[in-house]
Parts: sequence; structure tokens; C-alpha cells
Amino acid sequence: MKRKEILRKYEARPDNLLYILHDIQDASPYNYVTEEDMEEIADFLDLPYSKVYGTATFYSMISQKPRGKHVIRLCDSPPCHLMGSESILDLLRDELGIDVGQTTPDMLFTLEITSCLGVCGVAPAMMIDEEVYGNLNPKKLRKIIKDYREGII
Amino acid sequence: MAHRMNVLVCSGASCISNNSLKVKEALLAEIERLDLKREIKVIETGCMGPCQLGPVLLVYPDETLYKKVQVADVREIVEQHFLKGRPVERLMYKSPLTDELVHKSRDVDYFKKQYKIVLANCGSIDPESLDEYIAVGGYEALGKALTEMNPDSVLDEIKISGLRGRGGGGFPTHLKWMFTKNEKSKEKYVICNADEGDPGAFMDRSVIEGDPHTLIEGMAIAGYVVGASKGYIYVRAEYPLAIERLEKAIAQAKETGFLGENIFQTDFSFDLEVRVGAGAFVCGEETALIHSIEGKRGTPRPRPPYPSASGVWGKPTVLNNVETYANVRHIILNGGAWMAKIGTETSKGTKVFALSGTIKNTGLAEVPMGTTIRELIYDIGGGAPEGHEIKAVQLGGPSGGCVTPEYFDTPIDYESLTALGAMMGSGGVIAMDETACMVNTAKFFLDFTCFESCGKCVPCRVGLKQMYGILDKITKGEGEEEDIEALETLGKTIKATALCGLGQTAPNPVLSTIKFFRHEYEEHIFEKKCRALVCKDLISYEINKDACKACTLCAQKCPVDAIKGERGVVHEIQQEKCISCGNCYDVCPFGAVMRLSGEN
Repeated sequence: MKRKEILRKYEARPDNLLYILHDIQDASPYNYVTEEDMEEIADFLDLPYSKVYGTATFYSMISQKPRGKHVIRLCDSPPCHLMGSESILDLLRDELGIDVGQTTPDMLFTLEITSCLGVCGVAPAMMIDEEVYGNLNPKKLRKIIKDYREGII
Repeated sequence: MAHRMNVLVCSGASCISNNSLKVKEALLAEIERLDLKREIKVIETGCMGPCQLGPVLLVYPDETLYKKVQVADVREIVEQHFLKGRPVERLMYKSPLTDELVHKSRDVDYFKKQYKIVLANCGSIDPESLDEYIAVGGYEALGKALTEMNPDSVLDEIKISGLRGRGGGGFPTHLKWMFTKNEKSKEKYVICNADEGDPGAFMDRSVIEGDPHTLIEGMAIAGYVVGASKGYIYVRAEYPLAIERLEKAIAQAKETGFLGENIFQTDFSFDLEVRVGAGAFVCGEETALIHSIEGKRGTPRPRPPYPSASGVWGKPTVLNNVETYANVRHIILNGGAWMAKIGTETSKGTKVFALSGTIKNTGLAEVPMGTTIRELIYDIGGGAPEGHEIKAVQLGGPSGGCVTPEYFDTPIDYESLTALGAMMGSGGVIAMDETACMVNTAKFFLDFTCFESCGKCVPCRVGLKQMYGILDKITKGEGEEEDIEALETLGKTIKATALCGLGQTAPNPVLSTIKFFRHEYEEHIFEKKCRALVCKDLISYEINKDACKACTLCAQKCPVDAIKGERGVVHEIQQEKCISCGNCYDVCPFGAVMRLSGEN
């Protein structure tokens, strides 16, 4: 069981909680942490379940519901907004057929909005999983999505 | 063996997002193909600064700067320049003023007015190579502090230098260190706040990605002064590359003995750990950050006690941001008096600014304190794109405020910006031209802080929401006379009563836009007009009958069939049906669709 292996890597210290949540989420094929995950983490760290749940739900990058294989995070901070992130968002909605916070039926993509990605110099920008894409325009965006769909990236 | 040529490939996140790593691969392949491996060295560096030119290559010894290099350009560069000595002019930087080629990178306008201390190594060394860091004097400052100085004399130098916190508040660094040093505790901590959440600020990311050892060295020196043997660097999860390079650098430092037990054979031991956030802006606030390091919800708590007395695990903790620590080694090597000579009366040294928005040259620029806003956004940033004019710059992100052109000659320091109603913040500079609606911009910032509010205190949780509601009403054309006053009252109350820095500064963008752009608020409220043509509900579309060629394209794209007309018959928009989506405006090839606001 993956969860046990992940927990074994850590010392049972409460400050490891966020790391463990990240790790378990990354290992999940659907990019999220389940109730059972949180229960087991609580046992492992000897914390009340409510503490684990509290931390997991506080941070926007930890999800409690299944997400797609690839998580698209479109930057919606002011520099990106000024440079047209809104029309990029419209295009993403169109291209994927989903709204923000939703996942495509084939479980390939989840669309999210993120605060600043720190690449304001190449706004508008987005991050897919851990890859950052800047200077987005419709053509570039379509190509990136296509490459992910075809498994090239 | 020395190489005939060094090719530096910018591998900051911005250039990587534009394919710089593929360019590097192509360079290596081409160099291999032509058997130049022994002559030419390709080096991945951190951010060089001019993001809008990326991917950027810098070729030494010629100092040729290539911009916007793509994989397809690589063969030409290698064959023509590296082999035959003829730089590829079409990829070189041209001065926007004279349109002439700039042959040496140092003559590029963007770099000329800069003074690099913090960013000195960013873009010039391989961030993953400890040897390169040592070759430029790396860890000499730590060695000097540990073997030739004592904690008091190090602290003295920091005091003389006048270094103040670069994360926003501008609190004197030596005081923070002294408070922690004076606490009696066996266990103390050094924390680096690398949770750079301010939209429009990306200097901390660049320092970590481009020169991670500088941060490690600065923190170790802080540890020596305050008597801490353990440190944490809290990095936001949105910066995977920074985390990767930092972890590598820490491992190298441990292996070589710059971190760990008995550093430089002294009694001083210091260890560092990276902690990763998970997407919460409020964690940039120091007490929230400490909670997050402890694995808790990242909510702030009232101060005092300050972290210097009770920080992580309730122990005395010194907490600074990346840029502050990055200054430390230079102060130790050159002396505090050296830095005190740079800058203004109250603000010493340099500050890194991140230029973004509607400005020609986006990217990072490090300038001495006291440089004027005008020099920063025109001489370095190049001003607005052709045909546009900058009407305001937002300084300090969602905690800061906007500054208008009549104040652009203000020399930048902590006090002068605060006096203008803006703040240094972390150094984000977002330029806005006439296409930005200031009411909408303020609403946008507030939307951000509302979303990021942790919800712990009422002024921030409820008050910001109320302010947002009023702004939303105004941008929808439903504003009323008393709204501006209500915004001001709410804003001032929230500033005075919120628990932490997030809430205390969140009303700033609204208050400063009211101060400088009151007329735009009044136009929205009384004339139902948005001069920037941004607020959808205040815009109507009409077809200019003289320009319309009756092609039906707009009618086809109209989602609500609001456009009358057919081929050969000039079109007309039925206002009662129109939802102001703007499709017709976007598709008309003849520019016949007009956007209007406040004209009826």
C-alpha cells in the first residue's frame, strides 16, 4: 500500500503534516487526499482527525475531491489579468468544456485558478502540474492542451 | 581546461516557460555535432532579469546578448557565431531609442541603471554548482564571520549598513536580530520567508533559483549572530524549481561542511530545512507562516509576543525574507559602511523591483534606493508600449497603493512611498495604462484579498467582503452617491482593526485609487461611464454604419441574435437584446463595431 510506504519515510512529527499531505496527494492517481488518508495520517502523527482535516482543508492546493491527471492552474493575479488572462480562461473553458474547479469527464484535466505564479514578466501564464507556461495566446494554449491530450508532454 | 567560449542560458522560470531548456539541449547537440565540446561550455544560469526578451542567451567573452532564441535559431548561432565569429545580428538586442544593434550586454539600456548586489550572481553563475559559487567569493563571508568576528561585531556591521527588511515592512534587520539574540533560550531558530505571494513580485523566486547558496550563507550568518543552530526556509509550493534548486544547494552545503556540525572548525553548528507551503497567501504573514511550518492551519495570531521572543515551537525566532538575507554576505565582506553609502538617508543599499503589467521591459531590476519611480519605469522599464501612456503604477501589490505620473519623480525609499499611500512591499511594480479601469483594478485586488483572507478576524473576513460588494455594485452601474464615503470609512476601520498585515493593508488599493482617481469612481457612479471600457455592464456596442461592410460575421458570432442585418444590408445592434459580450467587437475585420460608455 502506497500510503504506508509514504508514511514510513517520515518521522512522526506534527510539522511533517503538510509534507505528508503533499506526498500522498501526488501519489494519488486522482490528485487528492481521501478521508481514509487523513485518518491514517492522524493515527500516524498521533493528532486528532480534526487537526489533520483542518490543515488539509485550509490550503488551496490540497484537494479533498478527485481531480484530473493534470491540474491546470491559470494565474489570475493582476499582472496576468492586465495582460489578458480572462480571455485565456474563456478559451480554456471552451477547449476543456469545464468550468473552474471542475474536472473533464475523462479525468485528464482539472481547471483551477491560482494566485501569482511569480512569472509576471511573461504574463499571462499558467502551470500544468509542475510545468510553467508563459506568454500564452490562443494558438500556444491549444497546442499545449493538444500535446497533453496526445501524451506528448 | 578553460573554454574558448561560455554560453549562459537563462533558466529562470520565465525563460523556462518559453522553452529555454529545449534551446539548451539543442545547443549541446549542435556543439556535440560540430565537435566543439572542448572549446565551448554551456551553462544553465538563474534569471538574468529581462523576462520579456526570453529565452535569453549570453555569450562570453564577447558579451553578446541574444534574445527570444528558439530551437530553430540554434544551428545558425553555433555555426555563424561560435564557429565563424560572426554574431547573428537578427537575434541581438536593438536599442529601442536608436534602433541600433547593441553589441555588448552591459550597454543594454535595461542593465545600465541597475546596481546589482542581491542579483549579482543571478544569471552569471550556474546555480547548481557550489564550485561556481565559491569561485565568486561564496561562503567567504561566513568564514570571515565565524573565524575573524564574533556575533556582536557581525551585528554591528549589520547595524552600520542600515539594512532593513526587504519583505515589506522595512523593519531594521539588526534590531530583529538583536531582540532574538538577547532572548535567553537554548533553542532558537532562523526562518526565511520565501512565501512570495504578492502578485507581481518574483525577485525571491529568482534569487533562490539563480543563487541559492547566497540565501543559505546569509541565514547561517544570522544563526551565528542570534545563537540558533537550526533554520527553516518556507517556500511556496507554486515554485517547484526554486524548491528543487534550494534542496540541492542545501545538500551540497551539508556535504562540504558549510552547513552541519562545527562549521569552519568552530563551535558553530547550523542546519537548514526546506518547508513547502500549499497555496495560502496569508502564510506570508510571519505568525501564520510559523503556524504553517508547525504543520497547522496558516492563520495569524496577535502580536506581541513577536517571533523574536516566541516564534516557531514557542522559541525565539528571527524571521527575514529572501532578499534581506541575500544582502548579508555582501555586508560582511565589504563592511556595513560600504552599504550605508548607497541609498538615501533612511533606506540603504539596493532594492530589487519586479516590473510587470503594461510596460515594455518586464522583468527584474535592482536599483539603489533613492532611484526615482520615473527612472525605474521609463529608463529601465522602457515605459508603456507604443501608442499607450502609463497612468499609474501599483507599488507593493495588494497591500500597496497606486502612484500617478505627477509623483513619478519621487525617489524610492520606505518613507517616501508610504507617504504617497503606497508601500515598498516586496517590490512589485505593476504598470497600468489607459486601458486599465482603476475601479475595476481595485475590485480585482480586493477580490484577491477576500479570497485569501483566512477568516479568523471579523474586520478582514466581513469588512473586505462588504467593500467588495460596494465596488461590485459600482462597476455594474448601480453605484450610489454615498458609496465612496462608505468605502473610505470601511477601509479605514479595517486598517485599524484587522488582526494581521493582510487585513491591515488590504484596503490600500481601494483607498489609494479613491485618492488619485476619484473622478473615475464618480464617473462610474453618476455618469455610468467606464472610461477605460473595461466594466462590461457600463459598455454598449454600436455599429458604425459608414464602416460596416455588411459581411454578417458579427451576426453569426452574436450568442443572443441581437444583430439585425444581412449580406448587403448594414447591420444594427438591438440594444435591448445585447448582453455586451464583445464578440462582435472582436470579430469585425473592419473595426466597424464601436465600444461606448456613458454616452446615453
